[in-house]
Amino acid sequence: METLLNEIEIADLQPTKVLQANALENEAIYILREVAAQFEKPVLLFSGGKDSITLVRLAQKAFWPAKIPFPLLHIDTGHNFPETIAFRDQLVGELGVELIVRKVQDSIDQGKVVEETGKYASRNALQTTTLLDAIEEFKFDACIGGARRDEEKARAKERIFSVRDDFGQWDEKNQRPELFDMLNGKIELGQNIRVFPISNWTELDVWSYIANEQIDIPSIYFAHKRNTFIRDGLIWSAQDDVVFRAEEEEVRERTVRFRTVGDMSCTAAVESNADTIEKVVAEIRASKLSERGARIDDKRSEAAMEKRKQQGYF
Amino acid sequence: MEVVKIATAGSVDDGKSTLIGRLLYDTHSLTEDKIEAIRNSSEKKGYDYLDFSLATDGLVAEREQGITIDVAHIYFSTPDKSYIIADTPGHVEYTRNMVTGASTSQVAIILIDARKGVVEQTYRHFFINNLLRIKDVIVAVNKMDLVGYDQNIFEDIRENFEQLNANSTCSEQRLSYIPISALKGDNVVEKSSEMPWYQGETILQHLEGLDTQDVNEAGQVRFSIQTVIRPKTEEYHDFRGFAGKLKGGSLKVGDEVTVLPSMTTSKIKAIYFHDQAYTKASAGSSITLSLEDEVNVTRGDMLVKRDELPNIEKEIVATVCWMDSKQLRPGSRYFVQHNTNRVLSKIAEITNVIATNFSGNTDAENKLALNEIGEVKIKLSKPVFYDAYTANKENGAFILIDEHTNTTAGVGFIN
Repeated sequence: METLLNEIEIADLQPTKVLQANALENEAIYILREVAAQFEKPVLLFSGGKDSITLVRLAQKAFWPAKIPFPLLHIDTGHNFPETIAFRDQLVGELGVELIVRKVQDSIDQGKVVEETGKYASRNALQTTTLLDAIEEFKFDACIGGARRDEEKARAKERIFSVRDDFGQWDEKNQRPELFDMLNGKIELGQNIRVFPISNWTELDVWSYIANEQIDIPSIYFAHKRNTFIRDGLIWSAQDDVVFRAEEEEVRERTVRFRTVGDMSCTAAVESNADTIEKVVAEIRASKLSERGARIDDKRSEAAMEKRKQQGYF
Repeated sequence: MEVVKIATAGSVDDGKSTLIGRLLYDTHSLTEDKIEAIRNSSEKKGYDYLDFSLATDGLVAEREQGITIDVAHIYFSTPDKSYIIADTPGHVEYTRNMVTGASTSQVAIILIDARKGVVEQTYRHFFINNLLRIKDVIVAVNKMDLVGYDQNIFEDIRENFEQLNANSTCSEQRLSYIPISALKGDNVVEKSSEMPWYQGETILQHLEGLDTQDVNEAGQVRFSIQTVIRPKTEEYHDFRGFAGKLKGGSLKVGDEVTVLPSMTTSKIKAIYFHDQAYTKASAGSSITLSLEDEVNVTRGDMLVKRDELPNIEKEIVATVCWMDSKQLRPGSRYFVQHNTNRVLSKIAEITNVIATNFSGNTDAENKLALNEIGEVKIKLSKPVFYDAYTANKENGAFILIDEHTNTTAGVGFIN
């Protein structure tokens, strides 16, 4: 019997759930290949989160049997979950690709950025400076990221190839039109392009893909016992001293997991018993709260993401 | 699960964003924190209803002006289908975004304000859906609540639109007329109790019933090479794979193929997707092919079945929608990007400007301004391998890239 690969017109329709991921997967692979073909020095931004892990898998598929033809760049806030870093190092070892790490702490030490203080202090926004410096240092012309349009309102407006100027700025009112599947990666020296291969994926698509492909992800995505405290209705990790905690905020052990893996200081946990990937998928399907609902960095103002993006944030 | 891509179009204040917000809300696609945010903003503005447009108008400038200025992508799903909406702005100056949104969509929703009826903007939107050959068009007559749910008003608008449709250049296009109130939720997801005279489908019912096989067109195999994969490892020392996205039809191992532009022929030796070999692949797959013979293939080349050659020309005539503030003029140079093939080109002539109100052609002053659509003759430094857009959408469109600013300045549909 013949093995049939995607018997259906995949670009837009799929007969079953399993093949839905294929349409998105095919689109993402197409985009990654365009990056490799159109740019001199691309890099994949790797945070250790599920979206960038998914990107790595897609890149493996896009270029097999060759290795992924670009390095991974991790902007290390110094406030990562230790589980994420361990996971990162193991993955990079298996892939045999180059990992570049640039630290926010170095930007702070060099006096380029100033650490925030207070109850909501976070290094999330400080990453931008470290990222832009790394882009300049290595002369990267394309930075591949795992942002998705369904995450947040400003991201819903992002192009797949999004031009940034010398200062990393996003000119959201003057974006290049993107027609059909033709991607225009022509840029001037000093400019770079942010590339979002999984733009059209939803959170559920990513989780379903991770489940179907049996991709390993850091353990903090699964339910585990953790010392936590509650602030503003959100659950914060009290395990490490990264998150500011007031005396009166009471620490208690809860069974939690993380839906996104950002900087520890701005990523809250959710109460959950989902300790397998199947249970996580089921939980996301039934969830009433959006993914970034547990990211305090987006709650600073209604336009928080857009403002950060204009300044070069991913 | 089936995925349906929808483009919405309408004039300022026709209520597009409200319609989308309503679709999200009534299909339970809005999460509680998002509804909460909408409730807060609505209350702050002093509204006594939920302003669903706040669910989609993402940019600060948009919230300030209360209008949509760029394409936003919105996702929702029902148990049967996944939907991606390209919410495109309706003002004249943002036509380029409307074309952009429509270029990837199978269905279009044209919104008409029941109080205003068919206006100039409606002409333009319908014209663009015609030009892009969107097969399924929903004409949603919105704000029926503000005209007392009057059937006569709806019927008048339908009649006016039908007159427009008489000029349609896309005979396979299907039109459906639905009277709605996005604000109140009439005939969007739930059937309206206010319009017993309307027996037809709600918008969601129409989308759910859509045969997506039918709205997509299949054609002949067109495999545009993105990149050549040469691992140069011990295990795959001689591996040479041609990576690309298969468009049009299906390919099997053993199929005889012709490589363009060299016209060399060979046979498909293997089809890979990741580390698995397959004997057959269908349209839409991002695959890697290897050939029986040592053939010189580079990015921009195209593989087709031996007896299904496209046009191979160094001159094309196309309907161009201009998207740049710098006007298109004869003698100017642009890169034509057709699939993965990018060639330098020179504009030979702009023969006419096409009025987007279906009134016919007007004489061109041999230029095209921003948001104008016209017929353009282009000379290419190297051939492109194309089909007419009417015969094969995926192999009949190209973009024009400004040689100096690198911006995507226009899109063309080859005649």
